[in-house]
Amino acid sequence: MEQSKLAYFNEMFQGDDVREPYARLREWSANMPVELRSLKQSEAEALFRRIGITFAVYGEGGDPDRLIPFDMFPRVFAHDEWRRLERGIKQRARALNAFLMDVYGRGEMIRAGRIPERLVYRNEAFEPAVMGMKPPRGVYSHIVGIDLVRTGPDEFFVLEDNCRTPSGVSYMLENREIMMRMFPHLFQENRIAPVENYPALLKRTLASVAPQKCEGDPVIAILTPGHYNSAYYEHSFLADMMGVELVEGPDLFVEGDYCWMRTTRGPQRVDVIYRRIDDAFLDPLCFRPDSMLGVPGLMNVYRSGGVTIASAPGSGVADDKAIYTFVPEMVRFYLGEEPILKNVPTWQCAQADDLKYVLENLFDLVVKEVHGSGGYGMLVGPRSTKEQIEAFRAKIRETPWNYIAQPTLALSTCPTFVEEGIAPRHVDLRPYCLVGERIELVPGGLTRVALTEGSLVVNSSQGGGVKDTWVMAE
Amino acid sequence: MLSRTAENLFWITRYMERGETIARLLEVGSRNALIPSVSGGFRNEWDAILQASGTAGGFADKYGDTVQRNIESYLFFDLDNPSSIASCVAQARENGRIVRTALSSQTWDALNTAFQEMQELRRTERSKLSVNDLIDWTIRNGATVRGSIEDTQLRNDGYCFMHIGYALERADATARLLDVKYFVLLPQVDYVGSGLDNYQWRTILRAMSAHRAFNWAYGGEITPAKIADFLILNPKSPRSLITCATETMTHLDALARGYGRSGEAQAQARDLLARLSEITVEDIFDVGLHEFLSGTIDSVGRLTAIIHDQYLSGEAR
Repeated sequence: MEQSKLAYFNEMFQGDDVREPYARLREWSANMPVELRSLKQSEAEALFRRIGITFAVYGEGGDPDRLIPFDMFPRVFAHDEWRRLERGIKQRARALNAFLMDVYGRGEMIRAGRIPERLVYRNEAFEPAVMGMKPPRGVYSHIVGIDLVRTGPDEFFVLEDNCRTPSGVSYMLENREIMMRMFPHLFQENRIAPVENYPALLKRTLASVAPQKCEGDPVIAILTPGHYNSAYYEHSFLADMMGVELVEGPDLFVEGDYCWMRTTRGPQRVDVIYRRIDDAFLDPLCFRPDSMLGVPGLMNVYRSGGVTIASAPGSGVADDKAIYTFVPEMVRFYLGEEPILKNVPTWQCAQADDLKYVLENLFDLVVKEVHGSGGYGMLVGPRSTKEQIEAFRAKIRETPWNYIAQPTLALSTCPTFVEEGIAPRHVDLRPYCLVGERIELVPGGLTRVALTEGSLVVNSSQGGGVKDTWVMAE
Repeated sequence: MLSRTAENLFWITRYMERGETIARLLEVGSRNALIPSVSGGFRNEWDAILQASGTAGGFADKYGDTVQRNIESYLFFDLDNPSSIASCVAQARENGRIVRTALSSQTWDALNTAFQEMQELRRTERSKLSVNDLIDWTIRNGATVRGSIEDTQLRNDGYCFMHIGYALERADATARLLDVKYFVLLPQVDYVGSGLDNYQWRTILRAMSAHRAFNWAYGGEITPAKIADFLILNPKSPRSLITCATETMTHLDALARGYGRSGEAQAQARDLLARLSEITVEDIFDVGLHEFLSGTIDSVGRLTAIIHDQYLSGEAR
């Protein structure tokens, strides 16, 4: 254990020196008396509970009003570090959208043999119903969440792409809000780039993809599965910050060539729907007939250009873990550029050679379900018991196509307040890239932190917490 | 505004007002329990409270006999009782959570704080809580929510729906309280005008935080006619039926102006207000107080249904 700890890159240090972006935070944290710290921590918790930002974990039951633990020690990026990341993230978002246009268009990349046909067209997330669709401005995925991990000063890897409805952006905004309220002097002493214009940028992005048939200012609505959903807080927070309606399926209906909202003054036309429900539930006439969350007939309106759906139905085919391997190839194929961000080497258990390697090296690998999310159904080899590994081996043998494997990365750590004081804990990063008329990225994102010592799983459903993420201004 | 949002706003205030009514009923009950009983004893009076709150059936199923402590728990804490104060506070807060975007942060804060404190109270040992403190707590939180709405909400259609919710729920509560007083608290005509009768009437006034206001407005003897006038026809009384009807009308008119059209709801409300403005106490006693009150409860119910169809159902074109 001790030895492996040394191998991790701690983002605050370079050798024994404190890295520049963290310089002032070092003093700040070292000088903070224990009593003040616990006072601030409970203040932060009270603030979170008061604004009602809570998180319910699917399938775990318990308190639906659980808080995600918030760690007050910020995670910091230097300005030039961020510039490079930003270029890489935007590049990737462009390539993913080009791929989606291609998949539902002429399929050039597939025909060129740069990606296996089977992986695309037989993918669960491939949506035949939107074949041939050209959404406004050629954008399928309007909000691309790219999960990144760091292993060294200059080494970043993309862990996965989220092209459908990446969540967590409300934490990015609220974490900052709470830090600014609790430690205003930190923001005076450090030049930290603001993130608060995210909702305005999101609104502009959504407005920029309004359908051609839209007259005047586009009417935007956020479609939520409802207040029992674990991300409901975020849906209502974004609607509020953007000044748009938050609707549920039954609030919308289709009549003629348009989609309408039921309002107290009669029907109002909706031009852009930012949906936070899965494709399968969007329209019971087109997808799952038992969906109570969607709007009957919505897909017809969408296909005839009466409404824009963001992200577009079918976007999921680009963020599947099996497709992930080919994203660097997409960058080369569509953009003619070299990928700025690297992928984590990935073995596809569907392929015989890869499967053999994976089964032989389970103790060193992280194995994930192709369609899994939230840190469920995964195996972290080096942190698992022999029994767990053997049980997993059996599962992989049974349905190999359901799994991919990656090396266990030496995830970077960031100083974190723990019981005993300050200690390094593993972190990842999810920035939110907006794609519309322009491609935009606010300087920041959601940093998740594995609060348990040694743990590499940062998911909030598995005991992870969050941190404010700073990008130093120029 | 989304019809569903309007509906949630409407129910936030209805539930808050309902919780407060239950607290006021509890106050009547616990005061009545302090005086020597004449009319069938202790039990009878608590039965009346359960009937007034519309929870007699549910209580009987769960507990059977009317024991004061059980009644207090049932009316305050019991989540199985949809009208308990705990249920009302939870429902008001849940409706608020759904429409967070339509609430000022202060209003949300007031709703959420009430809910969180209620969770705390539910975890507290019952012997450490006095029923009077619980009643005060409810009324104080009700006032905080109402005050936040007044102080911080935009004067838009949502504000109107919140006020219509308050007014209709209050009209219903006042009518029921009066009706119960007349029919259950006082089954025998002989008691009318007796010392005990006055004590109970006074308790009703106290429950509506109106016993001093009543003295200022009328003075002298408490008579059924004065009480009926105060709680039905006096526009100065904050809980009288006519005040509630006027309040409803004001906000329905504001909606009609804002939306540029009027409908069945406005017509019905105007009709109700006209009837209350024209009738006299003598007329009411001629018809029979109970008959009059049942008629009014029905009118309020119909008006609620029409408002629902016109604004909250999303079916309007």
